[in-house]
Amino acid sequence: MIEVNSLVKIYSSKAKEVIGVNDVSLQIKEGEIYGIIGYSGAGKSSLIRCLNLLEKPTSGEVKIDGVDLTTLNEKALRKARQKIGMIFQHFYLASAKTVYENIAFALKAAGKTPKEIDVRVKELLELVGLSDKSSQYPAQLSGGQKQRVGIARALANNPKVLLCDEATSALDPSTTKSILNLLKTINRKLGLTIVLITHEMEVVKEICHRLAVMQDGKIIEEGLVYDIFANPIQPLTKDFIASVLQFELPQQLIENRKGTIIKIQFKGAIAEESVVSDLFQQFNVKGNILHGKIEYIQDVPLGIFIMELTGEDKEVERAIAYIEERTQNLEVVEHVA
Amino acid sequence: MLLESLQALLPELNTAVLQTIYMVAVALVSAIIIGLPLGVLLFVTDEGLFLRNKVVNHVTGWLVNLVRSIPYIILLVALLPLTKLIAGSTIGPTAASVSLSVAAIPFFARLVETSLREIDKGVIESAVAVGASPWMIIKDILVPEAKPGIVQGLTITTISLIGYSAMAGIIGGGGIGDLAIRFGYYRYDNTIMITTVIVLVVLVQIIQIGGDKISRVVDKR
Repeated sequence: MIEVNSLVKIYSSKAKEVIGVNDVSLQIKEGEIYGIIGYSGAGKSSLIRCLNLLEKPTSGEVKIDGVDLTTLNEKALRKARQKIGMIFQHFYLASAKTVYENIAFALKAAGKTPKEIDVRVKELLELVGLSDKSSQYPAQLSGGQKQRVGIARALANNPKVLLCDEATSALDPSTTKSILNLLKTINRKLGLTIVLITHEMEVVKEICHRLAVMQDGKIIEEGLVYDIFANPIQPLTKDFIASVLQFELPQQLIENRKGTIIKIQFKGAIAEESVVSDLFQQFNVKGNILHGKIEYIQDVPLGIFIMELTGEDKEVERAIAYIEERTQNLEVVEHVA
Repeated sequence: MLLESLQALLPELNTAVLQTIYMVAVALVSAIIIGLPLGVLLFVTDEGLFLRNKVVNHVTGWLVNLVRSIPYIILLVALLPLTKLIAGSTIGPTAASVSLSVAAIPFFARLVETSLREIDKGVIESAVAVGASPWMIIKDILVPEAKPGIVQGLTITTISLIGYSAMAGIIGGGGIGDLAIRFGYYRYDNTIMITTVIVLVVLVQIIQIGGDKISRVVDKR
């Protein structure tokens, strides 16, 4: 659906050149929710703005549905943009237009007749749950409601792609959740491909299928969200994950332990099996859970436990080998002999 | 004696008010028809906007500055040939409204440009992202969004024009300001001078209050 090849965006001013996007290539499949995470200045905003050419790439290709946008003339580009919806952190609604008129504008831009516009706007208001706010002005709406209008406007011309530029960053947690749910619903219902950029791992965890981590204009890690959560490689990725899955034990606690401290990760189906109780039945060891959490990433459980095993050295060793075999993921944090 | 002279003044004053309204109205209409598009042009051709064009922007900007830097009284005289061409005469209120229009157009254009600058760039960008044509963005986004500022700009332009129109007397333009100068100032007739000044003060107040009110009504921010 979306294919980006060797995309480079350099901002040049008289004083200096700043590299926004540094040779990024990526592929986003149809119907996928693709997240791009990074700190501010990582180039994620430049990247997403290159996807509908709000920002003209310095070099590289941006193909949406097989068409390289960079080769289009102004008119063809406008036509293409009607099929690429975009929502923004600060909503950017026209303040002099009512909710209805804001959505109608997108349809008018696509040359729809007033009758078609009326039918479609009402449909969209229904979809985003704002039918009763039709004649209000943006100033009278809450942030979440404004973003819903933004979503309705973005979806007006039945786009194939929806770009979300920090769409929830200006919203409070509960509103964020409701907007994410709405995005999830339209992704499922309409089969819409969604690209979102964010600095919040929580958002990624909630709705993304795949994730790219950006730093200094480059994608440093990419993959299925679940896999990245389970096995982050880059330090930055680990940082982001730590922001939602905090697993640090106090040093003092580790020092005072007598047994072997292990960290076990249960991925997918294994998280629902009774690995730990099997362990205690088969081996003569005692276990003490120091820390634990099961996180559901798009309904797939990811369990992480830190526990202390005590008992005969040999027995502990065998127990560790047993868990390692069952879970494929065990880390000995501290071995106290 | 005071009442008498006021009564004698009334027909003169009446004509003068009508002349002022006529001259200012013609200039305002020109400002809206030519100055508004000019202001939009100055804005949309600027760096970073959807119709950026350095040459057009600089030439327009330079022209606007040129006209604005000429004192009105000099403009009035300098434009006499043009006035003759357009109005067919170089004297009278119609003739005066030519130079008033020329002064009003760039003045209003800058005010329009300034109020367009106050629009959040993101709002314009969101219209670009939706695939709207430049004309649609101008018509449906830029002008409506800047409307409160544009109305205020019109108020300021109107009031400035009333001030300028006093100088139109030198080419027989007439108007309230001219009346004040000719009868009041030159003939040391304080009654007339004070009366006309009061009329001007009231006129300006009404325009300012009315303009503010309209600006508030159209402001949905």
